[in-house]
Amino acid sequence: MRSKQKLRIAAFSTVIAFVTTSGAALAQKKYDTGATDAEIKIGNIMPYSGPASAYGVIGKTEAAYFTKINAEGGIKGRKINFITYDDGYSPPKAVEQARKLVESDEVLLVFNPLGTPSNSAIQKYLNSKKVPQLFVATGATKWNDPKSFPWTMGWQPSYQSEARIYAKFLMKEKPDAKIAILYQNDDFGKDYLKGLKDGLGAKASAIVAEESYETTEPTIDGHIVKLKSTGADTFISITTPKFAAQAIKKLGEIEWKPLHIVSNVSASVGSVMKPAGFENSQGILSAAYAKDGADPQWDNDPGMKKFYAFLEKYYPEANKLDGSVVFGYGVAQTMAKVIEMCGDNLTRENVMKQAASLKDFAPDTLLPGVKINTSATDFAPIEQLQMMRFKGEKWELFGDIISGELSN
Amino acid sequence: MSAVQEVVTPAAIEAVPKRAMTLGYGTSLIMLALLLLVPLFVKNFIIFQLTMLLIYGLAVLALNILTGGSGQFSLGQSAFYAVGAYTSAILMEHAGMNYALTLPVAGLICFGFGFLFGQPALRLSGVYLALATFALATAMPQLLKLGYFEHWTGGVQGLVVTKPDAPFGLPISQDMWLYYFTLVITIAIYIFSVNLLQSRSGRALMAIRDNEIAASAMGVDVALYKTLAFGVSAGITGIAGGLGAIAVQFVAPDAYTITLAISLFLGMVVGGVGWLPGSIVGSAFIIFVPNIAEGISKGLSGAVFGVLLFLVIFLVPHGARQVAIVAQQLMGKLKRN
Amino acid sequence: MELFTNQILAGIATGAIYACMALAVVMIYQAIDHLNFAQGEMAMFSTFISWQLMQWGVPYWGAFIITLALSFAGGIAIERLLFKPLAKAPILTNVAGFIALFAIINSVAGLIWDFTIKQYPTPFGSYPFLGSQLISTHQAGMIGVTVLLLLALYFFFQFTRIGLAMRAAASVPESARLVGVNTSWMIALGWGMAAAIGSIAGMLIAPVVFLEPNMMGGVLIYGFAAAVLGGLTSPLGAVVGGFLVGIFENLAGTYIPGVGNELKLPIALALIITVLVVKPAGLFGRPIVKRV
Repeated sequence: MRSKQKLRIAAFSTVIAFVTTSGAALAQKKYDTGATDAEIKIGNIMPYSGPASAYGVIGKTEAAYFTKINAEGGIKGRKINFITYDDGYSPPKAVEQARKLVESDEVLLVFNPLGTPSNSAIQKYLNSKKVPQLFVATGATKWNDPKSFPWTMGWQPSYQSEARIYAKFLMKEKPDAKIAILYQNDDFGKDYLKGLKDGLGAKASAIVAEESYETTEPTIDGHIVKLKSTGADTFISITTPKFAAQAIKKLGEIEWKPLHIVSNVSASVGSVMKPAGFENSQGILSAAYAKDGADPQWDNDPGMKKFYAFLEKYYPEANKLDGSVVFGYGVAQTMAKVIEMCGDNLTRENVMKQAASLKDFAPDTLLPGVKINTSATDFAPIEQLQMMRFKGEKWELFGDIISGELSN
Repeated sequence: MSAVQEVVTPAAIEAVPKRAMTLGYGTSLIMLALLLLVPLFVKNFIIFQLTMLLIYGLAVLALNILTGGSGQFSLGQSAFYAVGAYTSAILMEHAGMNYALTLPVAGLICFGFGFLFGQPALRLSGVYLALATFALATAMPQLLKLGYFEHWTGGVQGLVVTKPDAPFGLPISQDMWLYYFTLVITIAIYIFSVNLLQSRSGRALMAIRDNEIAASAMGVDVALYKTLAFGVSAGITGIAGGLGAIAVQFVAPDAYTITLAISLFLGMVVGGVGWLPGSIVGSAFIIFVPNIAEGISKGLSGAVFGVLLFLVIFLVPHGARQVAIVAQQLMGKLKRN
Repeated sequence: MELFTNQILAGIATGAIYACMALAVVMIYQAIDHLNFAQGEMAMFSTFISWQLMQWGVPYWGAFIITLALSFAGGIAIERLLFKPLAKAPILTNVAGFIALFAIINSVAGLIWDFTIKQYPTPFGSYPFLGSQLISTHQAGMIGVTVLLLLALYFFFQFTRIGLAMRAAASVPESARLVGVNTSWMIALGWGMAAAIGSIAGMLIAPVVFLEPNMMGGVLIYGFAAAVLGGLTSPLGAVVGGFLVGIFENLAGTYIPGVGNELKLPIALALIITVLVVKPAGLFGRPIVKRV
């Protein structure tokens, strides 16, 4: 009798113990809208149509990356449901799509929406709704502002910090330079120009000419001719790939041989240097934070091998010469890392908290030594770049890895 | 004989009898009831889309007055829309003006702008007018970016606009308030436009559209009416632009490119040139069809959109108006039986 | 002074691009009496076809001829399939059709060949022409081809029966039908010829601006402007207009202080509109006579 009772008590206590432990486990799993045991909804906005459709590749690469994650079992057993919409690079459409993602699809977060105008348009809305706007695909400096916009974070190095690196380089290597600048008349060009002028500081008078162009212009030959006539010996090209290639080619044709710096946006071997002609590209300077998919020097790099294997299996029609593919892979990998760090606490608040606690994370496609670091006061994930010079058919990195951190 | 050339010949825009320009009372009431009631039952996001539907509807209506009413063709409506949007945004953000008060200002400024633009446009017609208005549309984003105005316009970065709350502590969301606010303005402008086209001035405009020389022989002041049509059209577009800025909470040069002007033009064609109620159908087309196209294929969304557009113009070359006429005939038959 | 001469030379070089496109614009205008907004995209697509042929190992001139033939056939096919059914529809509906065609071609090209820029060969080489670094042999070749095309078109419209019939079919279709012209096929033929000329323009422009699906967007605006400035009925006017737009745009960008550089396109367009207000049919166009 007694023993029977004992047994019963024991059984009872086990049940209690079981209930309490499983209760504790339940308490650890926390979800906001968009996350469940089975899946995590991630929203995205890309210009698949319209003037910036060249960047649509980024969204396709990201979709492929999440397909790969799901095929490999998801993150902690949860599948990623990647919902991506087209905004045609129009801010009003971006607002419509962001609201659709948040209110209709009920995503956990909005990941890597592209373009400064589109992101500016949705920033206030997403912050008021407390929905993470993570790793936006633009290099404007304003995304690193955790005080005013705690739900928005950039990813790539800001245009201004990159420009400051060139300014530092010029002041050291060519203090008496006469600088001519060609820039795209939009947020990218203007932000870059500001970084350059800030970096040069008192030396800003070294800029002898600045010319802007519109993306609707068929060619920029007229600008180049004008810049050459100023007698400048240093040419900084703040241009997108097509125009960077036109400038390189035109410089070769009119035999103007200044010190030529090309912004990172256009430092692609496959989509700029090769079409512009390797013979015209020798000696061009730039800075990079990621490896170039078209550059043979990375053929045996373990990270890039993984990248090529991914392309082969999940995105075979991709053009590996396209820098956007490398970009999409790296940023998607960062996103996956953050979700992994969140563990079972998939609230929007925790997503932001984890995104702001990345320590020395290095996606496969970043240059050796470039690492992602964030903190509650530092919302600029990648801040390091390395200078490089074009030689033969590839970039040669030189100097140290430089941090372009802005002190503001 | 090749000297006799007219590009958009008067017959290009078919004469629409003025009674056919509006809806019957019954249909109007049903539409009104739908517009009033639907927002009560849907999510905020859909309400936002419906607000945009009304706003683009207004802009298409404005183009319809210009093209369908006076026969002048414009690819430059995005410029007027941009001026209206920036006027509202600047007045709200820099001068702290109430959002509702900025709209008449936006309308007036655009009316003046359109009226002035209408002067040189008088000498142009058809393809030439299309090019002139097209030029205006391409120039506008560049003007908005110009360094000299950057202090007010925010340059390439644009301006963020604050969304208004419902007044008098009404317990409805910002989106719903803005929807009903927009609806009231839209209905007011619609009634104004219908009356305008049915008035003496409207008859003068249509006379010009059908045959300019004949109209002038009958004593219509062609120059005045044509520029007025430009002014009224621009003014309404400006009000739509102002509303758009408030609804989207953001203005930037990239929002008002030639793509917007082309969309508005497509809206007019799909809705039926010269048929004012069609404007809302056209607006629905330019808002929802790209979403459908994208749903079918991401990589080919542009192509799918093009194919859908072809389908529509093949089936109903005269736009929604044609559907309405067919429906009316069917109804008539049913009644007789 | 040197800058002035240089900018004029650079303007002529860019103007050659516009002139080439403007010729294609005039061709289609002569055939259908309005502008085709998809024309630039059709030219882009043709250029991609020739590029693809060269990738497959076809030599330049072979690819050139094949592309020309394919474009001609393609232009006719587009007219027969898509625009003949719209012949009775209002003109504005046709314009919507052009926009739809634009969207389709651009999107399909992007999917097939993606958006990275591609190098496109030139048969003329790109060396300094006659010692001037500002005009390359390619650009000189382009001007040469444009002039040849211009002469061919002039001859075609002025002296051949079919050219005359085409003009008649476009401007006075009823009378043309009465004298036995098959106006429907004249329009199709016009589409074919415009597509072929467009493909030549595309293949000449691509070495300068690089080949990619959006390459003709900007060019078409300037091509329209040039054609309208010179007079839509005149091939000569279109070519002169092209050079004028190129030169003027460069001079405005260089010499108008303050806003010149940022606003060179709006300034160029404003000037064209001013010209049109004074001469509504363009510099070389025939004046429009209206009848009641």
